[in-house]
Amino acid sequence: MIGWLDTVVQGVLLGSLYALFAMGLALVFGVMRLTNVAHGDLVVLAGFAAIALAAQLGLGPLGAFACLAPLAAAAGYALQRCVLNDTLRKDPLPSLVVTFGLSIVIQNGLQEVFSADPRSLSSGALATASVRLLEGVTVGVLPLATFCAALLAAIALQALFARTAAGRAFRATSDDREIAELMGLDARVVYASATALAFVLIAGAGVLQAMRTTVAPADGPGLLIYAFEAVVIGGLGSFWGTFVGGILLGVTQAIGFRLDPGWGIWLGHVVFLAVLLVRPQGLFPRMR
Amino acid sequence: MSARAFSVLRGSAASRTAGIVALIALAFLCTAPWWAESGWMREFNEMACYLIFAMMWNLLAGYGGMVSIGQQAYLGLGGYTLVALGNFAGMNPFLAVPVGAVAAMAAAYPISRIAFRLQGGHFAIGTWVIAEVLRLTMANISAIGGGSGTSLIALRGIERATRESVTFWLCLASVAASVALVHGFLRSRQGLALLAIRDSEVASESQGVDVAQTKLWVYLVAAFGCGLAGALYYLGNLRISPDSAFSVNWTAFSIFIVMVGGIATIEGPIIGVIVFYLLNRLFSDYGTWYLVGLGLLAIVVTTRFPKGLWGVVSGRFGLHLFPVQRRLTLRRRD
Repeated sequence: MIGWLDTVVQGVLLGSLYALFAMGLALVFGVMRLTNVAHGDLVVLAGFAAIALAAQLGLGPLGAFACLAPLAAAAGYALQRCVLNDTLRKDPLPSLVVTFGLSIVIQNGLQEVFSADPRSLSSGALATASVRLLEGVTVGVLPLATFCAALLAAIALQALFARTAAGRAFRATSDDREIAELMGLDARVVYASATALAFVLIAGAGVLQAMRTTVAPADGPGLLIYAFEAVVIGGLGSFWGTFVGGILLGVTQAIGFRLDPGWGIWLGHVVFLAVLLVRPQGLFPRMR
Repeated sequence: MSARAFSVLRGSAASRTAGIVALIALAFLCTAPWWAESGWMREFNEMACYLIFAMMWNLLAGYGGMVSIGQQAYLGLGGYTLVALGNFAGMNPFLAVPVGAVAAMAAAYPISRIAFRLQGGHFAIGTWVIAEVLRLTMANISAIGGGSGTSLIALRGIERATRESVTFWLCLASVAASVALVHGFLRSRQGLALLAIRDSEVASESQGVDVAQTKLWVYLVAAFGCGLAGALYYLGNLRISPDSAFSVNWTAFSIFIVMVGGIATIEGPIIGVIVFYLLNRLFSDYGTWYLVGLGLLAIVVTTRFPKGLWGVVSGRFGLHLFPVQRRLTLRRRD
């Protein structure tokens, strides 16, 4: 019994990492209806960039993130301004093809530069530090920190959208781009800002992924799919929903892995499809 | 005054010439087993599978407005049906090819019930998840070799030359039938309805088009084609594994083929597959850089030349080798 409790707790912690992956995807989709197929590859790219920065500059993980975050924001802004803005139409095809192409470029570029081997970001004593919650339920400090980071991201994004001028601009442009532009917003800048913010979230997710486990160039599609499932399970338009969606996916996978290691990820996918069948709007759709 | 003051043109001198040339080329290729090397026929078979798969992706995305990243689900199902029927049921593998296509189509009906709950970009990734579910399922079934896959042992006892010739003819016939099927479908009333839906779902529904029904049919036909491509590919390859049969690379390459050749045209994928073959011959030794190049090329074409190579050509010269449009000509009243 305590073993199952442990499984659920570990699943919650794993799911919080998925939730963090999903925040950037949900943000970009929410603001500009863009499904970024390269999202998972960008997380992996951020992980590798953090590893390289840490090695070159002799930084710890936090220092690497501090260096990476402004770079990521600039890259996101530039990518949206120079490439993705032109692909946004009612037809989803151009943006899907362009981000899919980007995904292939990132995967193979990373493989060329870093080889196909998995790498990880050394986090020193943090990697093995743990806290005992109960008899038989021990949680690592790093997964706990990931959980807090994901929770913090959900709170911050929810507050940003609900209470700030930038959040109002995001929501207005999302609701009706043309009217928002009539009110003096430049949609291209709004979109680029949203992508810049999403890239900072991606950088954080990449650093934590590289610390918790390993990153390999071919990991991207898997991460994209987990992030996507978290977004859809949670329901569109609510970062709390995305957070809960990620947790639910993590718990499902953990239970699946416990039942049979071969079926863990499979069970996660199947629960996602079941949610889609029973409740296509997700568990917590935006209420207006 | 004539009874009809107009006529509807559906072809042109170019399209009639193209039809005759295509038939002659087809007849000529039929004789290939007597003069071509088996390596060349193998390459042809492989490209035929890519072409059929790309045509089906084009039908879905270019004409049906449904961008899927999960069509490899049906390719894998077609391939695995072939292997299962051949190895376990003792069926002649050549006869199992069409059964594989039908099985993929049959699976597409229940799958569409889930996939159609998603729209746009979410449909794209949702279909990918479904393909992943199938990949992981196959990888966990030990009877078909699990993750490392299995060989098509049913072809034992068939002479090599016979096997190569029949496989080649099957591929050739399937390509020709697929082009004819897509062309015929797009020229029909249902094809017209499909084009109307792509342009505006609401407007076509108000004109009496059954949008849901038409989209479902397109999805089923595309699944059939992808299953056919899969069964043919693994008939030639003789070995199947979940990671290759359900690989997202199938869709990646077909997107490349369709976008470079020209989306929403019948000629486009044919030109795209020729470009893909040439690039593959010339640059595939560069491995990852080659794939980086394909990805970049797809991005550049999509953003700068969204109509692809054939779109540029047909736009400049007004050329349509496989016309699907109806052109109205008015006669002057006497």
